Amino acid sequence: MDRRRGETRQVRLRVNGQDHVLTVGGPAADVAVTHTLAHTLRETLGLTGTKVSCDRGACGSCTVLVGGEAKLSCSMLTVECDGLDITTVEGLADPVTGALDPLQQSFIDHTAFQCGYCTPGILMSAKALLLKNPRPTQADVQEALSGNFCRCITHYHVLEAVQAAVEAGAASATAPDSRRARR
Amino acid sequence: MSDEYRYIGKPTPRRDAPQIVTGSATFFGDLVVPGMLHAKVLRSPHPHALVTEIDVARARGLSGVKAVLTHADVPDWRAGTPRHLRVLDSTVRYVGDPVALVAATSEAVAEEALGLIDVSYELLPAVFDLDEALAEGAVQLYADSPGNVLRPGTRWFGPDCLTGLAIGDVEAGFAEAEVIVEGEASYAGLPNPLPPESPGVVAQWEEPDRVTLWLSTQAAHQEKMIIHAAFGRAVDVRTIGGACGGSYGSKFMSIQLIMQATALSRAARRPVRLGLTKEEHLAAFGLRIGSRVRAKVGLRRDGALTAISGEWLVDTGHYSLTTQAQVAVGCGEAQVALRCPNWDLRTKVVCTNRPASGIVRGFGGQELKACLLPILSRALAELDLDPFDFLRRNYVKPGDGYFWRDGRWYDYRGNDYTPAMDAGAEAFGWRERWKGWLRPTEVDGPLRTGVGVGVHGNVDIGESVSEAYVRLDPEGRATLYSSASEHGTGQPSNLLKMVAEVLQLPLERVTLTAADTAVTPYDMGPVGSRGTYAMGSAAIKAAEEARRQLLTLAAANLDAPPEELETRDGRVFRLGRADSGAAWMAIMGPERTIMGHGRFEPDFTLANCMMTFVEVRVDTETGGTELLRVVNATDAGRIIDPAGLENQLNGCLGSAGIDTALFEETIIDRTTGRVLNANLIDYKWRTFAHLPQMRNVVLETPVDSHRFHAIGVGEVSTAPGPAAVLMAVSNALGVPLAEYPVTPEKVLAAWKRAMDAQAGEATR
Ligand code: FES
Ligand code: FES
Repeated sequence: MDRRRGETRQVRLRVNGQDHVLTVGGPAADVAVTHTLAHTLRETLGLTGTKVSCDRGACGSCTVLVGGEAKLSCSMLTVECDGLDITTVEGLADPVTGALDPLQQSFIDHTAFQCGYCTPGILMSAKALLLKNPRPTQADVQEALSGNFCRCITHYHVLEAVQAAVEAGAASATAPDSRRARR
Repeated sequence: MSDEYRYIGKPTPRRDAPQIVTGSATFFGDLVVPGMLHAKVLRSPHPHALVTEIDVARARGLSGVKAVLTHADVPDWRAGTPRHLRVLDSTVRYVGDPVALVAATSEAVAEEALGLIDVSYELLPAVFDLDEALAEGAVQLYADSPGNVLRPGTRWFGPDCLTGLAIGDVEAGFAEAEVIVEGEASYAGLPNPLPPESPGVVAQWEEPDRVTLWLSTQAAHQEKMIIHAAFGRAVDVRTIGGACGGSYGSKFMSIQLIMQATALSRAARRPVRLGLTKEEHLAAFGLRIGSRVRAKVGLRRDGALTAISGEWLVDTGHYSLTTQAQVAVGCGEAQVALRCPNWDLRTKVVCTNRPASGIVRGFGGQELKACLLPILSRALAELDLDPFDFLRRNYVKPGDGYFWRDGRWYDYRGNDYTPAMDAGAEAFGWRERWKGWLRPTEVDGPLRTGVGVGVHGNVDIGESVSEAYVRLDPEGRATLYSSASEHGTGQPSNLLKMVAEVLQLPLERVTLTAADTAVTPYDMGPVGSRGTYAMGSAAIKAAEEARRQLLTLAAANLDAPPEELETRDGRVFRLGRADSGAAWMAIMGPERTIMGHGRFEPDFTLANCMMTFVEVRVDTETGGTELLRVVNATDAGRIIDPAGLENQLNGCLGSAGIDTALFEETIIDRTTGRVLNANLIDYKWRTFAHLPQMRNVVLETPVDSHRFHAIGVGEVSTAPGPAAVLMAVSNALGVPLAEYPVTPEKVLAAWKRAMDAQAGEATR
C-alpha cells in the first residue's frame, strides 16, 4: 500500500508491443508499490493468460519474457519494471494475422497440456530458450524448463512439442539470417 | 489403426487447445463476477483449542470491509461424514483451522482486517497420529465420535456399504496355506495432490434462499448434490463449473470454502470470491489419507492366496468428507487385484489434529494395495515366487467376482488382462531384469539397481449416474449438454468425438455447453476413470436418441422407413445413397430443434487394469533413489484419444502416483502441529530435469461397454507405481522396506541395518 498519498509517479511498460503508462500512488493509482508484475499484468492490464500458482518464485507458472529473457513475473515489482519490454503468452501469436507461434501450434498438435494451467509459463520458458538457442538438444530443453512445475506430468509431450517446433524451425530457417547468428 | 471410425482412436486436437496455448482459457482465477468482494480467512495457530473469545470490532470498522463472520454468526450448515464440518466452529482442530472470515473490497483490505481480529484460545492437547489418537484416554476431537473413530460406512453407498471384508473362512484358509506371513506397512507420508491452481469459489447469494456458485471443479452437478445436503436441503443451489487448473480429485475437498463463501455473500449481500493461497493450499487443504495396515497372509506354493486377515487404519486428519467411501472402494479394489477366497479385513477411520485427508486419485484402493503388497512380498519371498507371476495369476478374470462398495456381489464380465500384463513384462524385460527377492539387478559400487512391479484396477469406471442431452439444430450442428468440465483428461473433447461419430458430423460442428446445473443434466462427472464408459454412454445414448428422432422425422420426407435412412455431414439419405436425400434444414425446417436424452445407470461388472513396472537406482552413499524406467501396461478396450490417454498414463509419476513413494510428503512438526514444508520449494516435486524413460503399452481388446467398446484407465495409472517402487528399492538394497516415501534417510537407515547385519554374520 502506498502510504505517501498524493505522491505519484509513472511506470512505463511495453507489453506485447503496446505501451502502457501506469500511475503509482495517488487517488487514481493503477499500481501500488506492493504490486508484482504478475498482478499488474493480470489485474490491471487484464492479461490473465499469465498464471500465478505459488506467487513465490518457485513454480514458473508466471513466466513472461522481459527483453527476451524468461522471468518470473510474480517475483518482480511493477515499480521496478519501468521501461521494460515484456511479452506474455497473449503476445506469442502474430498481432496482425493472429497466426500462432510455431511453438503454440506444436503444443496443440502434440496435446502438450492436460489441465493447461502450467502451459503459458512453459510456453514462455521454451520461447526464451529458442530465442537464444534455436537448435537446443533435449537436455537443453529439460534444463530450460526445469523451473516449470507441471503437476499433471505433461513433460513428455512438452518435450516432443518443443523438439518438433525446433525441427520445423530448422527446416524452414534460412541459414544466414536465422537467429543462431545472435549467439 | 483401423479405419472403422471417423474420429474414435484418431488423433484430434483438444477442443480447448487454442484457448490454452493463447492464454485465453478461463480458469477459476480469471473469473470476475461484477461487484465481487474478496475473502480472507483467519486461521488458528494451535492444533487443538477452544475459541473462547473473538473481538472483530476493529476489523468491522476498517474501511472496505463488508462482512466479518465468526462461529457465533454463521448458519448451521454442516458437511462431512458424519456431518461434523461446519462453516466455522468454536473448536479448532488443526493449525490452520478457520476462525474468522472477512469479505472486503480487495484482498489487501481483507488481509489487513485479519490482523485486527483478536482471538483468545483455551488450548487442548492434540493427537498427531494413529497411535496417539487411538490411545486410551486420548483427547477427543468430536464428542460424538468416541475414541476418535468415525462412524464406519457412508450413506451414499447404501445401507450395506463395505466397511471391511468378511468373506469365507480365514481360519480354514490359513490351514491350507503353505506359508503364512504377518507384517505391517504404512503409506502415511500425506502427499498433497497439489493441483497448480489453488482451490477457490465465488458465491453469489440471492435472498431468500438461493445461491449461485462458480466452482473450480470438474463435476458441477455432483458438487451441487453435496452442497445442497450441507445446506440442510434448504437452499436452492446452482453450480457452474469450469476449467479447474488440475484437481486429481482434490478439488472436491472445497466444501468448507464453498460454505464459507456462501455465508459471506449472504452477510455482505455481494458476490464473494474465496481463493486459497498456495501456502493455504499446502497447509490447510486436502491431503492423501494416511494408511497403516497390519496383516496376515496365507499363500500356497502355486501362488494361490488362501487367506488375508488384518486391520487397515486410516488417518483422515481433522475431518472426513469421503474417507469411509475410500475405505469401501479400497476394499472392493483389493479383491479385484488379489483373488482370495477368505478375507477378514477390519478398518477404522481415525481423526487427528492435522489438515484433512480427502479425495485424491487412487481413492482408497491405492493406499490399501500399497500397504498389502509389501507384506505379501515377504510371503512371496519365502516361496521364491516371482511377483509378476503372482499378480498376473491373482488379477480378476472373467467368471470371478467381488463385493463392491455397496456390499453387493458382482460377477466380473470384462477382459482378461493377462495379455496386457504379458506385453508389459515383455516391453520392460521383466524376465531378464528380475533376479529374485531382495536381489539387485545390477551393482556398480555404491549404485544398486532394482526392479519392482505393481498392479491396480478399478470398478468405478461404471459407477453412479451420468446424463447428457444432445441437441440437433437444423443448420447441421449439434450441441452436447454435459455437466463435465475440463480437468486435464480431455474427456469433454472425447465426448464430442463420440457424439460426432454417432451423428457423423464434422467434429467442429459439435459443440459443448459449459457445465451449469441450471442448464446441464445430472452427471457424477469425470471422476475415477468413469469418463469414457459412464459419461461416454450417456453422451452416446443422447446422440442416438436425437438421431432416431431426426430419422423418424425424415422418414415422411424421404419416403422410407427410419431403419433405411442414415445421416452424414448434416444430411439424411437412404442407406448407401449419399448423393440423394435432404439437408437437416429441409427435414427439420428452420424452426425446430431436436433433443435427445441419454442416461447411464451404474454398472459394477467391468474393471480396468494397470500394471506398472519400475527400475530404480539407489545410491547407498547419499541415500538418493533415481527412477530410471517405467513401463505401464493396460488394455483400454478401444483408444478414444491416443494423446490424451498417453498423457494420463504419464501422470503415473507426479501429483498422486510414483512420486508419493519417492519424495512427496507433507511434513508436520510433532510438537506444534505445523506443516513445515508449505511452499513449493520445500514441498518436493518432479522437474523436467528428472524424467525416467517412460513407455506405455496399451492393448485394444474390445470390451462390452458401449458401442465403441472402450473403458477408462486414467485414474488408475497412479495406483500401482508406489508399491512397485518400494519393491524395487527393497530389491536394490536387499532389505525389505515397508514405509513410504523412501526418502534418503530411510534408505540410509535400511542400508546401515543391512551392513550391520552382514558384519554381525561375518563375526559370528
Ligand atoms: S507463480 Fe511465479 S513462480 Fe510460481
Ligand atoms: S498440464 Fe496440468 S500442470 Fe501441467
